Amino acid sequence: MTIPSANINPWNAAAMIAAVVLFSTAGEVLTAAAMKSVGDLDEIRAHSGLKGAIRAVLTCPLFFAGVSFLALAFFSLLFALNHLNLSLVAPASASLTLVTNAVAGKIFLKENVDRRRWTAAVLVCTGVYFLAH
Amino acid sequence: MAHARLLPRQYTILLMVSLCAPLGDSCLSRGMTSLPPLSLAHPATLIAAIFTPWIALGIVLLIGFFACYLTALSWADLTFVLPATAFGYVIVALLAHFWLHEPISVERWAGIVLITLGVSFVADGPSRTERPGDGVPEQSAAPIEQEQPR
Repeated sequence: MTIPSANINPWNAAAMIAAVVLFSTAGEVLTAAAMKSVGDLDEIRAHSGLKGAIRAVLTCPLFFAGVSFLALAFFSLLFALNHLNLSLVAPASASLTLVTNAVAGKIFLKENVDRRRWTAAVLVCTGVYFLAH
Repeated sequence: MAHARLLPRQYTILLMVSLCAPLGDSCLSRGMTSLPPLSLAHPATLIAAIFTPWIALGIVLLIGFFACYLTALSWADLTFVLPATAFGYVIVALLAHFWLHEPISVERWAGIVLITLGVSFVADGPSRTERPGDGVPEQSAAPIEQEQPR
């Protein structure tokens, strides 16, 4: 078995991971905004059943905007996995997405990203450095 | 600051998010690395890749992940859900090493451990940003259906 990331240009690898991160962040922020507007799915399912919960999600326009970006992130991930190792792509993209989501969550979703969550973001960045080193 | 504790079923949802995502990613990797290198010049080959067995299984697992993920986002912050499910990184590393036989250096192991340590204690904080009026049940966008008597 060949190792996919053995001969890849580092800039190309960074670009592939960046594409996954950017599309993921946009998709997850839009999806989170959609789910916040829908309300607690467990409660909706308790009152209206599974169909009611599915209907609540599918009738939210923000959800489809989020899914569109997540689909772009998915195909970016497929493309990256074709050229890079899973143990690099999955943790690096997911961890960087965590950091970008912390910023986007504070700005766009007005979430309380406190010192605890920022510290976690710094630790994650350090971890990503070790991953890519 | 006191905050509401998550219910056992909510912890189960977070565990499912942690498990389904790395398992799905691993299936995708297994499927994609067995294919010849793809090019952006031929996007149709990327679409055709979806219908290969490993990638199809990966997609099924990722659909399960997405359902659990949406449920979690409906009662918790995005900046809580992502760190709280960070144990998935460890699962990815173990799967990649023992199943896909990918080499993982000591530095990469250190990075994975650091990431997991950094984000795991976030799960001990509040799961949702408190806002004025949060105590009042919000009106759901979903229509409440009345149960029909049998």
